[in-house]
Amino acid sequence: MSEVTTPVDVHAAQVKKFKLQDLLFHQVTLVFAFIVLAALAGILISLAIEAMPVLKAFGPGFLWTNVWNVPEDQYGALSAIYGTVVTSIIALIIAVPVSFGIALFLTETCPVWLRRPLGTAIELLAGVPSIIYGIWGLFVFAPLFAKHVQPHLQAALGDVPVIGGWFAGPPIGIGILTAGIVLSLMVIPFVASVMRDVFETVPPPLKESAYGVGCTTWEVVTNVVLPYTRVGVIGGIMLGLGRALGETMAVTFVIGNANRIVGSLFAPGTSIASTLANEFGEADPGLHISALFALGLVLFIITFIVLAISQWLIKRGVAKQGK
Amino acid sequence: MSAPQRLADGEAILAIRDLNFFYGDFRGLIDVSLDIATNKVTAFIGPSGCGKSTLLRTFNRMYDLYPGQRAEGQINFHGKNLLDKKQDVNLVRAKIGMVFQKPTPFPMTIYENIAFGVRLYEKLPKSEMDDRVEWALRKAAIWEETKDKLQQSGLSLSGGQQQRLCIARTIAVKPEIVLLDEPTSALDPISTAKIEELIDELKSDYTIAIVTHNMQQAARISDFTAFMYLGELVEFGKTDNLFVKPQKQQTEDYITGRFG
Repeated sequence: MSEVTTPVDVHAAQVKKFKLQDLLFHQVTLVFAFIVLAALAGILISLAIEAMPVLKAFGPGFLWTNVWNVPEDQYGALSAIYGTVVTSIIALIIAVPVSFGIALFLTETCPVWLRRPLGTAIELLAGVPSIIYGIWGLFVFAPLFAKHVQPHLQAALGDVPVIGGWFAGPPIGIGILTAGIVLSLMVIPFVASVMRDVFETVPPPLKESAYGVGCTTWEVVTNVVLPYTRVGVIGGIMLGLGRALGETMAVTFVIGNANRIVGSLFAPGTSIASTLANEFGEADPGLHISALFALGLVLFIITFIVLAISQWLIKRGVAKQGK
Repeated sequence: MSAPQRLADGEAILAIRDLNFFYGDFRGLIDVSLDIATNKVTAFIGPSGCGKSTLLRTFNRMYDLYPGQRAEGQINFHGKNLLDKKQDVNLVRAKIGMVFQKPTPFPMTIYENIAFGVRLYEKLPKSEMDDRVEWALRKAAIWEETKDKLQQSGLSLSGGQQQRLCIARTIAVKPEIVLLDEPTSALDPISTAKIEELIDELKSDYTIAIVTHNMQQAARISDFTAFMYLGELVEFGKTDNLFVKPQKQQTEDYITGRFG
């Protein structure tokens, strides 16, 4: 009998061991995942605690007050929120179509020999440290922009109702528009490489079927490739937006750092991240520090909102496609 | 190499002459000549890599999408050589539709899957478009299963239904020729039977060229069969003759399963 039972026992022991290993593995991965949650909660809570004095002093009005007066301890986030949002929107308006074009060219129409060098160049561009974009923006781009682009923009669009005001004021090079353009350059490589990667996931037979009913490349892309990759494309754009919202060094160099809101995009402004970078070093404990933490909290919340919107866009797209 | 099987004038919709195909330096098709008969089913059989899919993909210039692939020779369609650089490729593809091995519904609703291709070349008012969609779905024998869920995603259908949707989509643009590249190899036997029935019904309106791995399928559904091996057309003829009295030893070996 023992000859029969022994192998069975060994087997059972083995199974038990596997079970234990599996359990351990599950727990470990669970712990790792929870570290992320804990870090997120920790950051949110500490930001909130530090921001409390300012939020108590000014209430929710902190969000929509356009004042930033350090000597008199008066703080409102509006100018920084405005700068952050407007520069990011400008960045996306430029970056999304350009990235889309780059990704399409790389996946659909690029000659094979050019594909790798171009793809690598874009990845390298993504790896350039942001301070280099800042230096370049301040010393190279801004003077050229002030001399050769801004006057023409003003001449061409300055008298157009509604948008004319965006291009008013002295063409000094640095300002909201310049920050948006520099940001767009920084965002393009990210968005373009994500878009390229997701466009490449479209199964060739699917594209061939679209060509098969007589589509042109443009029709294939807009009707098949884009809907098929919608989730990834939105993800790529949101990744770019996230980077634009939080970008600090480059924006600090070229935005002008003026805590005010002017209708013109040529005027200097500020963003949340650049205000933090400029003022943390010399901020006195008390309301000033607390106001900076509150700005950080606002940036955090804006990022949340962006994520929520992207989720909503994805869901809405699914509904449109039919279930 | 066999001499091309010429058909009497007016019977052939595609006349292929001395067709050679290259993947870079590799010659995938060698001097292929044959006629595809109007409103008949022509089947292409042969072992993997023999060039049958390659041949099918030259008929609608699908290879154009891939750099390094090129075809030389003639494929005459209504007196014009399809391989001519001046030939408008999109127009060719609207006239010569294709269905692939795996179902490829577009990421849109069932209705849009059909209407999409039609809209490329015809501006139809809504009611006519509705009729066209219904017509195509009926033709592809999938109307009953989809009429209540036209606004659902094409991806929600089963594999066999998706494939019939793809056939409906292809015939909705009213092509003259339908190319089927192993259309049933990813499907279960019941779905396969439905598609075979469908092919039989479609041939009264369309010319059909089908690549298949399944010899029984070729024997069941086709009027003409071409046996290909290593890029060459070994034998081409009436399906009944080819399967019953093959002229070439290679053909006989293949259809009797004694292939090395």
